[in-house]
Amino acid sequence: MQLGFLVDLHLCMGCKGCEIACKVENEVPLSTWRLRVKYVDVGTFPETRRTFTPLRCNHCENAPCERICPVSALHYLENGIVNIDKERCIGCAGCVMACPYGAIYIDPQTQTADKCTYCAHRVASSMMPACVVACPVQANIFGDLDDPMSNISKYITKNQGNIQVRKPEKGTNPHHYYVGGGNVTLNPLASHRIEGHSLFNNITTLPVGGHH
Amino acid sequence: MAVHEILAATNAVVTLDVAIPGTVWPWLVTVNMWAKSIGTGVIFMLFLLLRKHPEQAASLRFPTTVVSIIFIHIFLLFTLADLHQPFRMWHIFFYPHLNSAITIGAWMATLFVGLLFLLAFLSFIKKDNVAFDKTLTWVTILAIPVTLYTAALMSQCTARELWQMPTESAQMILAALLSGSAFMILLGGSKLGYEAKKTLGVVLGLSAFMSFTLYMAEYIFGPMKAEEVAAVLEYIKGDGPYTVMFWLGQWVAYLLPMLFILLSRASKSESILKLAAIFALAGLWLVKHVWLMIPQLLPMS
Repeated sequence: MQLGFLVDLHLCMGCKGCEIACKVENEVPLSTWRLRVKYVDVGTFPETRRTFTPLRCNHCENAPCERICPVSALHYLENGIVNIDKERCIGCAGCVMACPYGAIYIDPQTQTADKCTYCAHRVASSMMPACVVACPVQANIFGDLDDPMSNISKYITKNQGNIQVRKPEKGTNPHHYYVGGGNVTLNPLASHRIEGHSLFNNITTLPVGGHH
Repeated sequence: MAVHEILAATNAVVTLDVAIPGTVWPWLVTVNMWAKSIGTGVIFMLFLLLRKHPEQAASLRFPTTVVSIIFIHIFLLFTLADLHQPFRMWHIFFYPHLNSAITIGAWMATLFVGLLFLLAFLSFIKKDNVAFDKTLTWVTILAIPVTLYTAALMSQCTARELWQMPTESAQMILAALLSGSAFMILLGGSKLGYEAKKTLGVVLGLSAFMSFTLYMAEYIFGPMKAEEVAAVLEYIKGDGPYTVMFWLGQWVAYLLPMLFILLSRASKSESILKLAAIFALAGLWLVKHVWLMIPQLLPMS
Protein backbone atom coordinates (compact mmCIF):
# COMPACT_ATOMS: atom_id res chain seq x y z
CA MET A 1 0.00 0.00 0.00
CA GLN A 2 1.28 3.45 -0.91
CA LEU A 3 -1.01 6.22 0.23
CA GLY A 4 -1.20 9.36 -1.81
CA PHE A 5 -3.07 12.61 -2.13
CA LEU A 6 -4.52 14.42 -5.08
CA VAL A 7 -6.01 17.90 -5.14
CA ASP A 8 -8.23 18.93 -8.02
CA LEU A 9 -7.53 22.64 -8.30
CA HIS A 10 -10.49 23.05 -10.66
CA LEU A 11 -12.73 22.24 -7.71
CA CYS A 12 -10.94 24.04 -4.88
CA MET A 13 -12.68 27.31 -4.02
CA GLY A 14 -10.28 28.46 -1.31
CA CYS A 15 -12.71 28.09 1.61
CA LYS A 16 -9.85 27.00 3.88
CA GLY A 17 -12.08 24.39 5.50
CA CYS A 18 -9.25 21.85 5.13
CA GLU A 19 -6.83 24.26 6.80
CA ILE A 20 -9.07 24.70 9.83
CA ALA A 21 -9.94 21.01 10.06
CA CYS A 22 -6.23 20.17 10.07
CA LYS A 23 -5.53 22.76 12.77
CA VAL A 24 -8.29 21.38 14.99
CA GLU A 25 -7.60 17.71 14.39
CA ASN A 26 -3.87 17.95 15.01
CA GLU A 27 -3.91 20.80 17.53
CA VAL A 28 -1.48 22.74 15.39
CA PRO A 29 -0.24 25.71 17.46
CA LEU A 30 -0.73 29.34 16.56
CA SER A 31 1.68 30.69 13.93
CA THR A 32 2.27 27.26 12.38
CA TRP A 33 0.43 25.26 9.74
CA ARG A 34 0.52 21.70 8.47
CA LEU A 35 -1.80 22.56 5.62
CA ARG A 36 -2.57 25.92 4.15
CA VAL A 37 -4.34 27.32 1.11
CA LYS A 38 -2.41 29.95 -0.79
CA TYR A 39 -4.22 32.57 -2.86
CA VAL A 40 -2.44 33.91 -5.90
CA ASP A 41 -4.01 36.61 -8.09
CA VAL A 42 -3.06 36.47 -11.75
CA GLY A 43 -3.29 39.04 -14.52
CA THR A 44 -4.05 42.73 -14.77
CA PHE A 45 -7.44 44.29 -14.05
CA PRO A 46 -10.01 43.64 -15.52
CA GLU A 47 -8.49 40.40 -16.88
CA THR A 48 -7.75 38.83 -13.52
CA ARG A 49 -8.42 35.58 -11.72
CA ARG A 50 -7.67 34.16 -8.31
CA THR A 51 -6.10 30.73 -7.84
CA PHE A 52 -6.26 28.59 -4.70
CA THR A 53 -3.60 26.01 -3.88
CA PRO A 54 -3.71 23.76 -0.81
CA LEU A 55 -0.12 23.08 0.26
CA ARG A 56 0.93 20.30 2.62
CA CYS A 57 3.70 17.71 3.03
CA ASN A 58 4.17 15.79 -0.22
CA HIS A 59 5.11 12.50 1.50
CA CYS A 60 7.89 12.01 -1.02
CA GLU A 61 9.02 8.56 -1.99
CA ASN A 62 12.58 9.92 -1.88
CA ALA A 63 12.13 12.30 1.04
CA PRO A 64 15.00 14.74 1.74
CA CYS A 65 13.70 15.27 5.28
CA GLU A 66 13.91 11.56 6.07
CA ARG A 67 17.40 11.40 4.60
CA ILE A 68 18.82 14.33 6.56
CA CYS A 69 17.20 13.54 9.93
CA PRO A 70 20.08 12.46 12.20
CA VAL A 71 17.93 10.45 14.59
CA SER A 72 15.29 8.93 12.27
CA ALA A 73 12.60 11.05 13.91
CA LEU A 74 11.29 11.38 10.36
CA HIS A 75 10.62 7.92 9.06
CA TYR A 76 8.52 6.03 6.54
CA LEU A 77 5.48 4.03 7.56
CA GLU A 78 4.72 0.88 5.60
CA ASN A 79 1.84 2.66 3.88
CA GLY A 80 4.22 5.29 2.45
CA ILE A 81 3.41 8.05 4.92
CA VAL A 82 6.43 10.06 6.06
CA ASN A 83 5.75 10.21 9.77
CA ILE A 84 7.48 12.04 12.60
CA ASP A 85 8.38 10.96 16.11
CA LYS A 86 8.38 14.18 18.11
CA GLU A 87 9.84 12.49 21.17
CA ARG A 88 12.96 11.58 19.25
CA CYS A 89 13.46 14.86 17.35
CA ILE A 90 16.43 16.94 18.54
CA GLY A 91 15.28 20.12 16.77
CA CYS A 92 18.27 20.52 14.48
CA ALA A 93 15.92 21.86 11.77
CA GLY A 94 17.81 19.95 9.09
CA CYS A 95 14.47 18.73 7.76
CA VAL A 96 13.16 22.29 7.57
CA MET A 97 16.21 23.21 5.52
CA ALA A 98 15.98 20.12 3.34
CA CYS A 99 12.29 20.15 2.45
CA PRO A 100 11.90 21.84 -0.95
CA TYR A 101 8.20 22.41 -0.28
CA GLY A 102 8.51 24.37 2.97
CA ALA A 103 6.19 21.82 4.56
CA ILE A 104 7.99 21.34 7.87
CA TYR A 105 7.93 23.72 10.82
CA ILE A 106 9.31 23.82 14.34
CA ASP A 107 6.44 23.49 16.79
CA PRO A 108 6.79 26.48 19.16
CA GLN A 109 5.32 24.47 22.05
CA THR A 110 7.43 21.32 21.81
CA GLN A 111 10.42 22.85 19.97
CA THR A 112 10.48 19.87 17.65
CA ALA A 113 9.87 19.49 13.93
CA ASP A 114 6.33 18.79 12.80
CA LYS A 115 4.38 18.48 9.59
CA CYS A 116 1.37 16.90 7.90
CA THR A 117 1.26 13.16 8.51
CA TYR A 118 -1.76 12.55 6.25
CA CYS A 119 -3.48 12.17 9.64
CA ALA A 120 -1.67 8.86 10.19
CA HIS A 121 -3.54 8.35 13.46
CA ARG A 122 -6.90 8.58 11.65
CA VAL A 123 -5.70 6.43 8.77
CA ALA A 124 -4.64 3.76 11.28
CA SER A 125 -8.29 3.70 12.42
CA SER A 126 -9.55 3.43 8.82
CA MET A 127 -10.67 7.05 8.76
CA MET A 128 -9.93 9.64 6.11
CA PRO A 129 -7.61 12.58 6.90
CA ALA A 130 -9.44 15.50 8.50
CA CYS A 131 -8.91 17.77 5.50
CA VAL A 132 -10.56 15.25 3.16
CA VAL A 133 -13.61 15.03 5.37
CA ALA A 134 -13.88 18.81 5.67
CA CYS A 135 -13.65 19.62 1.95
CA PRO A 136 -17.14 20.65 0.76
CA VAL A 137 -16.39 20.00 -2.92
CA GLN A 138 -14.32 16.81 -2.64
CA ALA A 139 -11.28 18.51 -4.12
CA ASN A 140 -9.06 16.42 -1.83
CA ILE A 141 -8.79 12.81 -2.94
CA PHE A 142 -6.90 10.40 -0.74
CA GLY A 143 -6.18 6.73 -1.19
CA ASP A 144 -3.93 3.85 -2.13
CA LEU A 145 -1.84 4.55 -5.22
CA ASP A 146 -1.04 0.84 -5.55
CA ASP A 147 -4.71 -0.10 -5.82
CA PRO A 148 -5.98 0.55 -9.38
CA MET A 149 -9.57 0.58 -8.09
CA SER A 150 -9.00 3.29 -5.48
CA ASN A 151 -10.52 6.72 -6.07
CA ILE A 152 -7.14 8.35 -6.39
CA SER A 153 -5.86 5.83 -8.95
CA LYS A 154 -9.04 6.22 -11.01
CA TYR A 155 -8.76 10.01 -10.81
CA ILE A 156 -5.15 9.87 -11.97
CA THR A 157 -6.06 7.57 -14.86
CA LYS A 158 -8.98 9.79 -15.86
CA ASN A 159 -6.85 12.94 -15.82
CA GLN A 160 -3.71 11.59 -17.44
CA GLY A 161 -1.86 14.41 -19.11
CA ASN A 162 -3.11 16.94 -16.59
CA ILE A 163 -1.47 15.65 -13.42
CA GLN A 164 1.27 17.71 -11.82
CA VAL A 165 3.57 17.51 -8.82
CA ARG A 166 5.46 20.34 -7.19
CA LYS A 167 9.13 20.75 -8.17
CA PRO A 168 9.55 17.47 -10.07
CA GLU A 169 13.15 18.48 -10.86
CA LYS A 170 14.11 17.83 -7.23
CA GLY A 171 13.74 14.08 -7.74
CA THR A 172 11.73 13.61 -4.57
CA ASN A 173 8.88 11.66 -6.24
CA PRO A 174 6.04 13.25 -4.28
CA HIS A 175 3.02 11.15 -3.37
CA HIS A 176 0.94 14.29 -3.68
CA TYR A 177 -0.57 15.26 -6.99
CA TYR A 178 -2.49 18.15 -8.43
CA VAL A 179 -4.99 18.29 -11.27
CA GLY A 180 -5.26 21.61 -13.06
CA GLY A 181 -2.12 23.04 -11.55
CA GLY A 182 0.30 25.30 -13.35
CA ASN A 183 3.34 27.44 -12.96
CA VAL A 184 1.57 30.07 -10.88
CA THR A 185 -0.05 27.62 -8.49
CA LEU A 186 2.84 25.19 -8.02
CA ASN A 187 6.01 27.24 -8.55
CA PRO A 188 6.64 29.75 -5.73
CA LEU A 189 9.04 31.67 -7.93
CA ALA A 190 6.31 32.40 -10.48
CA SER A 191 4.51 34.91 -8.28
CA HIS A 192 5.43 38.10 -6.47
CA ARG A 193 5.36 37.89 -2.70
CA ILE A 194 5.10 41.54 -1.75
CA GLU A 195 6.45 42.21 1.72
CA GLY A 196 3.73 43.22 4.14
CA HIS A 197 0.83 43.06 1.68
CA SER A 198 -1.78 40.40 2.22
CA LEU A 199 -5.58 40.39 2.43
CA PHE A 200 -5.95 40.19 6.19
CA ASN A 201 -2.60 41.04 7.74
CA ASN A 202 0.84 42.34 6.92
CA ILE A 203 2.94 39.59 8.51
CA THR A 204 5.03 37.87 5.86
CA THR A 205 7.57 36.00 8.00
CA LEU A 206 7.62 34.57 11.50
CA PRO A 207 10.55 33.30 13.59
CA VAL A 208 11.14 29.57 13.32
CA GLY A 209 9.95 27.78 16.46
CA GLY A 210 9.05 31.11 18.03
CA HIS A 211 12.66 32.21 18.47
CA HIS A 212 16.08 32.42 16.74
CA MET B 1 12.55 31.41 -18.74
CA ALA B 2 14.20 33.45 -16.01
CA VAL B 3 12.37 34.30 -12.82
CA HIS B 4 11.82 37.96 -13.69
CA GLU B 5 10.46 36.95 -17.10
CA ILE B 6 7.98 34.51 -15.53
CA LEU B 7 6.86 37.20 -13.11
CA ALA B 8 6.42 39.71 -15.90
CA ALA B 9 4.48 37.18 -17.97
CA THR B 10 2.11 36.03 -15.24
CA ASN B 11 1.83 39.23 -13.24
CA ALA B 12 0.93 36.92 -10.38
CA VAL B 13 0.84 38.14 -6.79
CA VAL B 14 0.40 36.16 -3.58
CA THR B 15 -2.59 37.87 -2.01
CA LEU B 16 -3.31 35.56 0.90
CA ASP B 17 -0.95 33.14 2.56
CA VAL B 18 0.34 32.26 5.97
CA ALA B 19 3.51 33.87 7.23
CA ILE B 20 6.44 31.89 5.92
CA PRO B 21 9.29 30.88 8.25
CA GLY B 22 12.13 33.31 8.78
CA THR B 23 15.76 32.24 9.13
CA VAL B 24 16.00 28.55 10.01
CA TRP B 25 19.74 28.30 10.55
CA PRO B 26 20.87 31.63 12.06
CA TRP B 27 24.29 33.17 12.80
CA LEU B 28 24.96 30.39 15.31
CA VAL B 29 25.54 28.08 12.36
CA THR B 30 27.92 30.63 10.81
CA VAL B 31 30.00 30.55 14.00
CA ASN B 32 29.80 26.76 13.89
CA MET B 33 31.34 26.63 10.39
CA TRP B 34 33.86 29.40 11.06
CA ALA B 35 35.15 27.83 14.28
CA LYS B 36 35.34 24.37 12.73
CA SER B 37 37.42 25.76 9.87
CA ILE B 38 39.95 27.12 12.35
CA GLY B 39 39.85 24.01 14.55
CA THR B 40 40.69 21.68 11.67
CA GLY B 41 42.76 24.18 9.69
CA VAL B 42 45.41 24.65 12.39
CA ILE B 43 45.86 20.86 12.47
CA PHE B 44 46.47 20.84 8.70
CA MET B 45 49.01 23.61 9.11
CA LEU B 46 50.80 21.97 12.04
CA PHE B 47 51.13 18.82 9.94
CA LEU B 48 52.57 20.88 7.07
CA LEU B 49 54.96 22.87 9.26
CA LEU B 50 56.31 19.78 11.01
CA ARG B 51 57.35 18.48 7.61
CA LYS B 52 58.62 21.67 6.03
CA HIS B 53 60.06 23.47 9.07
CA PRO B 54 60.30 20.79 11.79
CA GLU B 55 62.67 22.66 14.10
CA GLN B 56 60.66 25.88 14.17
CA ALA B 57 57.33 24.07 14.46
CA ALA B 58 58.45 21.74 17.23
CA SER B 59 57.37 24.09 19.99
CA LEU B 60 53.97 24.62 18.39
CA ARG B 61 52.73 21.09 18.99
CA PHE B 62 50.95 21.80 22.26
CA PRO B 63 49.75 25.39 21.56
CA THR B 64 48.26 24.31 18.23
CA THR B 65 46.48 21.38 19.86
CA VAL B 66 45.02 23.72 22.47
CA VAL B 67 43.83 26.15 19.79
CA SER B 68 42.21 23.30 17.90
CA ILE B 69 40.51 22.01 21.07
CA ILE B 70 39.18 25.49 21.86
CA PHE B 71 37.77 26.13 18.38
CA ILE B 72 36.32 22.65 17.99
CA HIS B 73 34.55 23.19 21.29
CA ILE B 74 33.24 26.55 20.10
CA PHE B 75 31.95 24.70 17.04
CA LEU B 76 30.30 22.05 19.23
CA LEU B 77 28.88 24.59 21.65
CA PHE B 78 27.25 26.63 18.91
CA THR B 79 25.96 23.46 17.24
CA LEU B 80 24.31 22.57 20.53
CA ALA B 81 23.02 26.10 21.03
CA ASP B 82 21.35 25.98 17.64
CA LEU B 83 19.37 22.85 18.48
CA HIS B 84 15.80 23.45 19.56
CA GLN B 85 16.12 20.43 21.88
CA PRO B 86 19.78 20.54 22.96
CA PHE B 87 19.28 18.10 25.84
CA ARG B 88 18.35 15.41 23.33
CA MET B 89 21.72 15.60 21.59
CA TRP B 90 22.50 12.13 22.92
CA HIS B 91 19.84 10.73 20.55
CA ILE B 92 22.43 11.11 17.77
CA PHE B 93 24.51 8.39 19.40
CA PHE B 94 21.68 6.10 20.50
CA TYR B 95 19.21 6.48 17.60
CA PRO B 96 21.63 7.19 14.74
CA HIS B 97 20.49 7.52 11.15
CA LEU B 98 23.53 6.67 9.10
CA ASN B 99 22.27 8.28 5.88
CA SER B 100 22.42 11.67 7.56
CA ALA B 101 25.54 13.79 7.25
CA ILE B 102 24.64 15.29 10.64
CA THR B 103 24.98 11.89 12.33
CA ILE B 104 28.22 10.97 10.60
CA GLY B 105 29.61 14.43 11.26
CA ALA B 106 28.72 14.30 14.96
CA TRP B 107 30.40 10.93 15.33
CA MET B 108 33.54 12.05 13.49
CA ALA B 109 33.73 15.31 15.43
CA THR B 110 33.47 13.35 18.70
CA LEU B 111 36.30 11.06 17.64
CA PHE B 112 38.28 14.11 16.52
CA VAL B 113 37.88 15.73 19.95
CA GLY B 114 39.05 12.51 21.62
CA LEU B 115 42.15 12.42 19.43
CA LEU B 116 42.87 16.08 20.12
CA PHE B 117 42.90 15.36 23.85
CA LEU B 118 45.24 12.45 23.13
CA LEU B 119 47.54 14.87 21.27
CA ALA B 120 47.41 17.24 24.23
CA PHE B 121 48.31 14.37 26.55
CA LEU B 122 51.20 13.27 24.35
CA SER B 123 52.61 16.77 24.00
CA PHE B 124 52.01 18.20 27.48
CA ILE B 125 52.05 15.27 29.90
CA LYS B 126 54.03 12.54 28.17
CA LYS B 127 56.17 14.87 26.05
CA ASP B 128 56.53 12.15 23.41
CA ASN B 129 57.05 13.90 20.07
CA VAL B 130 57.36 10.67 18.07
CA ALA B 131 53.99 9.38 19.30
CA PHE B 132 52.53 12.87 18.83
CA ASP B 133 53.64 13.03 15.19
CA LYS B 134 52.32 9.54 14.46
CA THR B 135 48.96 10.40 16.03
CA LEU B 136 48.92 13.76 14.27
CA THR B 137 48.99 11.99 10.91
CA TRP B 138 45.74 10.20 11.77
CA VAL B 139 44.22 13.35 13.25
CA THR B 140 45.06 15.24 10.05
CA ILE B 141 43.44 12.53 7.94
CA LEU B 142 40.32 12.63 10.14
CA ALA B 143 40.29 16.44 10.00
CA ILE B 144 39.52 16.21 6.26
CA PRO B 145 36.07 14.55 6.60
CA VAL B 146 35.37 16.58 9.75
CA THR B 147 35.90 19.68 7.63
CA LEU B 148 33.90 18.33 4.70
CA TYR B 149 30.85 16.91 6.44
CA THR B 150 29.16 20.31 6.68
CA ALA B 151 29.36 20.49 2.88
CA ALA B 152 27.66 17.10 2.71
CA LEU B 153 25.03 18.32 5.15
CA MET B 154 24.39 21.45 3.10
CA SER B 155 24.14 19.35 -0.02
CA GLN B 156 21.54 17.13 1.65
CA CYS B 157 19.41 20.27 1.90
CA THR B 158 17.54 19.52 -1.31
CA ALA B 159 15.64 22.77 -0.93
CA ARG B 160 18.76 24.93 -1.16
CA GLU B 161 19.89 24.67 -4.77
CA LEU B 162 22.78 27.07 -4.20
CA TRP B 163 24.67 24.56 -2.05
CA GLN B 164 26.10 21.97 -4.42
CA MET B 165 28.40 19.27 -3.12
CA PRO B 166 31.58 19.60 -5.23
CA THR B 167 31.71 23.36 -4.77
CA GLU B 168 30.79 23.39 -1.09
CA SER B 169 33.33 20.70 -0.24
CA ALA B 170 36.04 22.68 -2.04
CA GLN B 171 34.95 25.82 -0.20
CA MET B 172 35.05 24.04 3.16
CA ILE B 173 38.54 22.67 2.69
CA LEU B 174 39.77 26.02 1.35
CA ALA B 175 38.19 27.78 4.35
CA ALA B 176 40.09 25.43 6.67
CA LEU B 177 43.37 26.08 4.83
CA LEU B 178 42.76 29.84 4.81
CA SER B 179 41.79 30.13 8.46
CA GLY B 180 44.34 27.54 9.61
CA SER B 181 47.23 29.31 7.90
CA ALA B 182 45.98 32.71 9.10
CA PHE B 183 45.71 31.54 12.69
CA MET B 184 49.16 29.90 12.58
CA ILE B 185 50.73 33.12 11.29
CA LEU B 186 49.35 34.83 14.39
CA LEU B 187 50.11 31.93 16.73
CA GLY B 188 53.66 31.46 15.40
CA GLY B 189 54.88 34.69 16.98
CA SER B 190 58.62 34.59 17.53
CA LYS B 191 58.70 30.78 17.35
CA LEU B 192 58.25 30.68 13.59
CA GLY B 193 60.85 32.29 11.37
CA TYR B 194 60.04 34.38 8.31
CA GLU B 195 60.49 31.42 5.94
CA ALA B 196 57.91 29.34 7.78
CA LYS B 197 55.53 32.28 7.85
CA LYS B 198 56.14 32.80 4.16
CA THR B 199 55.03 29.19 3.58
CA LEU B 200 51.87 29.89 5.56
CA GLY B 201 51.41 33.08 3.56
CA VAL B 202 51.52 31.08 0.32
CA VAL B 203 48.84 28.71 1.65
CA LEU B 204 46.74 31.67 2.77
CA GLY B 205 47.12 33.51 -0.51
CA LEU B 206 46.41 30.49 -2.71
CA SER B 207 43.38 29.37 -0.71
CA ALA B 208 42.04 32.93 -0.78
CA PHE B 209 42.53 33.03 -4.55
CA MET B 210 40.84 29.66 -5.08
CA SER B 211 37.91 30.51 -2.81
CA PHE B 212 37.40 33.86 -4.49
CA THR B 213 37.52 32.20 -7.90
CA LEU B 214 34.87 29.67 -6.84
CA TYR B 215 32.56 32.35 -5.46
CA MET B 216 32.92 34.43 -8.60
CA ALA B 217 32.28 31.36 -10.76
CA GLU B 218 29.07 30.70 -8.84
CA TYR B 219 28.15 34.37 -8.98
CA ILE B 220 28.52 34.52 -12.74
CA PHE B 221 27.65 31.02 -13.94
CA GLY B 222 25.24 29.82 -11.22
CA PRO B 223 22.25 31.70 -12.63
CA MET B 224 22.83 30.06 -16.02
CA LYS B 225 22.16 26.64 -14.51
CA ALA B 226 19.14 26.85 -12.27
CA GLU B 227 16.17 29.15 -11.75
CA GLU B 228 16.45 28.91 -7.95
CA VAL B 229 20.15 29.74 -7.93
CA ALA B 230 19.44 32.79 -10.09
CA ALA B 231 16.74 33.90 -7.66
CA VAL B 232 18.98 33.36 -4.62
CA LEU B 233 21.90 35.24 -6.13
CA GLU B 234 19.63 38.25 -6.66
CA TYR B 235 19.98 38.79 -2.89
CA ILE B 236 23.66 39.66 -3.38
CA LYS B 237 23.24 41.69 -6.54
CA GLY B 238 22.11 45.30 -7.06
CA ASP B 239 20.09 46.48 -4.08
CA GLY B 240 19.90 42.97 -2.60
CA PRO B 241 19.82 42.73 1.21
CA TYR B 242 23.18 40.95 1.36
CA THR B 243 25.02 42.71 -1.49
CA VAL B 244 27.14 44.89 0.79
CA MET B 245 28.00 42.07 3.18
CA PHE B 246 28.86 39.75 0.29
CA TRP B 247 31.34 42.16 -1.31
CA LEU B 248 32.71 43.24 2.06
CA GLY B 249 33.37 39.58 2.80
CA GLN B 250 35.04 38.98 -0.56
CA TRP B 251 37.33 41.98 -0.06
CA VAL B 252 38.15 41.35 3.58
CA ALA B 253 38.53 37.57 3.36
CA TYR B 254 40.17 37.20 -0.01
CA LEU B 255 41.15 40.25 -2.05
CA LEU B 256 42.85 42.33 0.65
CA PRO B 257 44.71 39.36 2.18
CA MET B 258 46.00 38.44 -1.30
CA LEU B 259 47.20 42.01 -1.77
CA PHE B 260 48.76 42.13 1.69
CA ILE B 261 50.59 38.85 1.10
CA LEU B 262 52.09 40.20 -2.11
CA LEU B 263 53.12 43.36 -0.26
CA SER B 264 54.60 41.37 2.62
CA ARG B 265 56.66 39.26 0.22
CA ALA B 266 57.92 42.38 -1.54
CA SER B 267 58.82 44.14 1.70
CA LYS B 268 59.55 41.01 3.79
CA SER B 269 57.21 42.44 6.39
CA GLU B 270 55.73 40.11 8.99
CA SER B 271 53.38 42.85 10.18
CA ILE B 272 51.64 43.02 6.81
CA LEU B 273 51.40 39.22 6.82
CA LYS B 274 49.71 39.36 10.22
CA LEU B 275 47.32 42.00 8.90
CA ALA B 276 46.44 39.64 6.04
CA ALA B 277 45.79 36.88 8.58
CA ILE B 278 43.49 39.05 10.73
CA PHE B 279 41.55 40.22 7.67
CA ALA B 280 41.17 36.64 6.39
CA LEU B 281 39.82 35.38 9.70
CA ALA B 282 37.33 38.24 10.05
CA GLY B 283 36.28 38.13 6.41
CA LEU B 284 35.71 34.39 6.43
CA TRP B 285 32.90 34.86 8.95
CA LEU B 286 31.19 37.37 6.66
CA VAL B 287 31.56 35.17 3.59
CA LYS B 288 30.21 32.10 5.39
CA HIS B 289 27.32 34.08 6.85
CA VAL B 290 26.16 35.47 3.52
CA TRP B 291 26.29 32.05 1.85
CA LEU B 292 24.34 30.54 4.74
CA MET B 293 21.65 33.21 4.78
CA ILE B 294 20.76 33.91 1.17
CA PRO B 295 19.18 30.55 0.27
CA GLN B 296 17.00 30.88 3.35
CA LEU B 297 15.43 34.09 2.05
CA LEU B 298 13.77 32.31 -0.86
CA PRO B 299 10.15 31.22 -0.27
CA MET B 300 9.89 27.45 -0.70
CA SER B 301 6.16 27.29 -1.28
